[in-house]
Amino acid sequence: MPDQGSTQVNAATANALAAMQETRRQRIRLAIRAAGMLPVLLLLCGGFHYFSDGRFFTAQNLGIVVQQAAVNTVLAAGMTFVILTGGIDLSVGSILAASAMAGLIISKFPDLGALWLPASVLTGAAFGILNGGLIALLRLPPFIVTLGSLTAVRGVARLLGADTTVFNASIPYAFIGNGSLTLVPGVLSIPWLWVIALLVILVSWLVLRRTVLGVHIYAVGGNESAARLAGIKVWAVLIFVYGVSGLLAGLGGAMQAARLYAANGLQLGQSYELDAITAVILGGTSFVGGIGSIWGTLVGALIIAVLSNGLILTGVSDVWQYVIKGLVIIGAVALDRYRLQGSART
Amino acid sequence: MNDPILEMRRVSKSFFSIKALRDVDLTVYPGEIHALMGENGAGKSTLMKILSGAYRPDPGGEIRIEGKPVHINGPLGGRAAGISIIYQELSLAPNLSVAQNIYLGREVSRLGMLAREAMEAGVGPILERLGADFAPSTPVGNLSMGQRQLVEIARALHARSKILIMDEPTTALSAGESERLFGLIRQLRAEGLAIIYISHRMDEVYALGDRVTVLRDGTMVGSLDKPEIRADTIVRLMVGRDVSSFYKKEHDPTARHGAPVLAAVDIADDRRVRGCSLTVHSGEVVGLAGLVGAGRTELAHLIIGAAPKTAGHVEIEGRNVEIRNPGEALEAGIAYLTEDRKALGLFLDMSCLDNINLAVLGRDARLGGILDRDKARDRAKKAFAALGIRAADAGVTVGGLSGGNQQKVLLSRLLAISPKILILDEPTRGVDVGAKSEIYSIIDNLAKSGTAVLVISSDLPEIIGICDRVIVMRAGHIAGEIKRTGASPLNQEDIMALATGTEQLDA
Repeated sequence: MPDQGSTQVNAATANALAAMQETRRQRIRLAIRAAGMLPVLLLLCGGFHYFSDGRFFTAQNLGIVVQQAAVNTVLAAGMTFVILTGGIDLSVGSILAASAMAGLIISKFPDLGALWLPASVLTGAAFGILNGGLIALLRLPPFIVTLGSLTAVRGVARLLGADTTVFNASIPYAFIGNGSLTLVPGVLSIPWLWVIALLVILVSWLVLRRTVLGVHIYAVGGNESAARLAGIKVWAVLIFVYGVSGLLAGLGGAMQAARLYAANGLQLGQSYELDAITAVILGGTSFVGGIGSIWGTLVGALIIAVLSNGLILTGVSDVWQYVIKGLVIIGAVALDRYRLQGSART
Repeated sequence: MNDPILEMRRVSKSFFSIKALRDVDLTVYPGEIHALMGENGAGKSTLMKILSGAYRPDPGGEIRIEGKPVHINGPLGGRAAGISIIYQELSLAPNLSVAQNIYLGREVSRLGMLAREAMEAGVGPILERLGADFAPSTPVGNLSMGQRQLVEIARALHARSKILIMDEPTTALSAGESERLFGLIRQLRAEGLAIIYISHRMDEVYALGDRVTVLRDGTMVGSLDKPEIRADTIVRLMVGRDVSSFYKKEHDPTARHGAPVLAAVDIADDRRVRGCSLTVHSGEVVGLAGLVGAGRTELAHLIIGAAPKTAGHVEIEGRNVEIRNPGEALEAGIAYLTEDRKALGLFLDMSCLDNINLAVLGRDARLGGILDRDKARDRAKKAFAALGIRAADAGVTVGGLSGGNQQKVLLSRLLAISPKILILDEPTRGVDVGAKSEIYSIIDNLAKSGTAVLVISSDLPEIIGICDRVIVMRAGHIAGEIKRTGASPLNQEDIMALATGTEQLDA
C-alpha cells in the first residue's frame, strides 16, 4: 500500500516536472523566435565587412545603411500591424507617392508651407482608413481591396502633380531628410530619418505590447470569430491597422520628399510594398496573423538594407544583385522554418 | 478465446527523465471493442502515438502483432503493421473526392495520368460494405461529419488494417450519426476487426465496450471485462478515489428563487428559432435540453446578439435591453461560454494571461488604453487558484493545455466580468472526469452567490445532476418545461419525451 502511494506521488511530480520542462522548452522556442533573423543580420554584416576589405563597419557607411533602411522600416512597421491581423496592404507604395505629392504641393503655398508635413501624413492616413473601411465594413478581402488601391492611388499620385515632377528646393523641415542628430559632436551622429524610423518602431512596440488595442490586434489575427464573440469590435481594429499602415506610408512619403526635395507621382515608391512585406516576413511574423513582433520587422528591414549596401560595396553587378537578394530572402526564411521545426522536435 | 491480435508488454515511454508511460500491458483480441479510458494526460495519446509509429517506446518493452514481435517505425509504420488510427480531428482533404482521399499517397496511375475511374471503382465495394449513402466521386467538403468519419473508416479498411483505433469519434457527431457509427463499429467487430475505442463518455463505453482498460498517470490501473463495466468502478479507477459527490449541489434547488434576471421574449430568427421565451432567476441553474439541431445554440446566439434577431426582445432585471452584438451582451452582464472553445472561444496562440483578461482589459486599463499588467497577472493568479487551472504558469499558450484546463481558462474570462447571467453551452464537452466535477462545483458556487445560470447540454445525466429546472426545445420551439420539486426529481424519460415529441402520443 505505501509502495503504491509513493508511485502515485512520483507520477504526480513527474507530471509537474514534465509541465515545467514543457514551459522551459516553450520559452526557449519563444527566445529563438524572438532572436529570429538577428544571427543572419550579424552574419551578413560580418561577411560584407570581410569581403569589402573593411569598408562596411565605418561610421559613414553605417549612416548610409540606416538612411536607406529608414523609409522601408517605417512602411514595414505599418505592414506588421496589418499582417498581424491576417491581412495584407499592397497599396503602401502608391500611398507613399500620393502623400509625398500632396506634401510637396502644399509646401509651395507661401502661407501653408509649414503644414506640408502633417498634410502628407494625413493624406496617407485618409487612404489607409478608406482601405480599412472597405475591408471592415463591406467585408471585402484585404488582398483585393489593396490591390485595387495600389493602382487607383498611383493614378491619384500622378493626377496631383499633373503627371510631372514637383520640386521645392526650399521645403521646410528639409533637415529630416538629409540632416543628422548629433549625439557626441564629431564622433556620433544619427540621420534624422533613422531617428524617426526608430521612434516609429518604439511607438509600434508600445501599442502592440502595452495597450488593450495591441492585445485586440493579436486576438483578431489569432481567431477572428472568437474575437467577435468576445465583444471585440473587429471592424474598429481593422480600420485602425489599415489606417496606421496608411499613416506610416504618408510619413514615409514625407521622409522621401524631404530627402529629395521633389516627388514624382509615377516613379516614387514603386514596388515599396514588396520590400515592406519582405521585411515583415523575414522578421518572423506569421502570414496568417496572430504571431509576430515589431522587433523582428526591424531586423528584417535592416537585412534588406544591409544586403543592398553590401552587394554594392563588394562590387557585385546590378543584375546579380537582384538574383542574390531574392535567393537570400528565400534562404533566410527556409532557414528560419527549419530552425523552428528543429526546436519543436526536441 | 482465440489468440490476441495485439499484445503490448511492459511498454514504457520517457521524455528526458519523465515517464509518460510506465510498464503498460495491453492485450487486444480480434473481434473485440476495447475501450481505453483515462483522464487527459493519463497517457492515452502517448500509447496511441507508439502504436502509430510517431513515438518509439523505450527499450525493454515488447509489442507483438498476431504473436510476432514488431518494431513500429516512422509515421507509416503503424499502417504497415496493420494499425489505423482515426483521430479526433479528422485528417481528410475537403477539396478532394472520397476516392482520392482514400487513395491519398497511394494513387493509381496509368501512363502517369491519374486513373480516377479505377480508384473510384476500387473504393466502391468498401463504401457499399459500410452502407455509405454517397458516391466515391463526391468531394469530402460536401459531406457531413458522420459521413467523413465513414471515409476515414473506409480508408482504414482499404489499407487492410486489422486494428482500428478511434479517438473520441462522436465528439462532432449528432445523436443520429453516433447511433449509425455504433452500428458500424459493431459490424466491423463481427467481421473480426479489433477496435480500440477511446472515449470520455461513459454511456458509449457501456454501449460498445467488450473490455475496458483504464490508464492513470501513465500506468495501467485496471482492465475490466464486460460484466464488471460499471460507471462508479471506472470513475474510481480513473481518478483514483471515490467520486461520491460527482454532481455537487449546495445551492438549494427547490428554494424560491429571486426575481427573474434574464427574460427572453418571443425570440426568433425565422430559420432555426421560432418564437422562444424563457426566464432565468437569480441563483437558479436552468437546463436547456433538446436534440442536436433543436435550435438551442442558435437561441443563445440570438440572446447575446451574435446573430441578428427577426423578432423578440431581451429583458434584464425587468428592463428592456437592446443587444445588437456580443460586446453589448457583456456590458449588460450576460456572459456566454461557446460550445466550440477552439474555433469560437480561445486564442490558442495567446497566453492564459491574455485569454483570461481579454474581456476586462479595457476596464482595467490606465490612461484610456495602457495595459495594467500587475492587475492582469493578479487576476490570472486568482483564476488559477479559484478554478484549479493546471498549467506551469499564466504565460504559457493556451493551445498546449488539456481540454479541461482550456475550458477553465475560457470560463475564467467570462467570470472576470462578474456576470449576472451566465449561459454555458456544452460546458463539459471534451473535458475529463476530474475537471468535469470541478466545473459542476464552480456552477454550483455561482448559483449560490446569486448568478443566474443557463446550461445548454446534450448530456442528460449532467442536466439532471446540476439543474433546478429544465426547458426543452424541439425544432426551434420551446416544447415544455420540467421543474424539480421535492417529490419528483427530474428524470431522463420526461426530458426525452419532450425533446422527441413523443409526449403528444401519450396525451
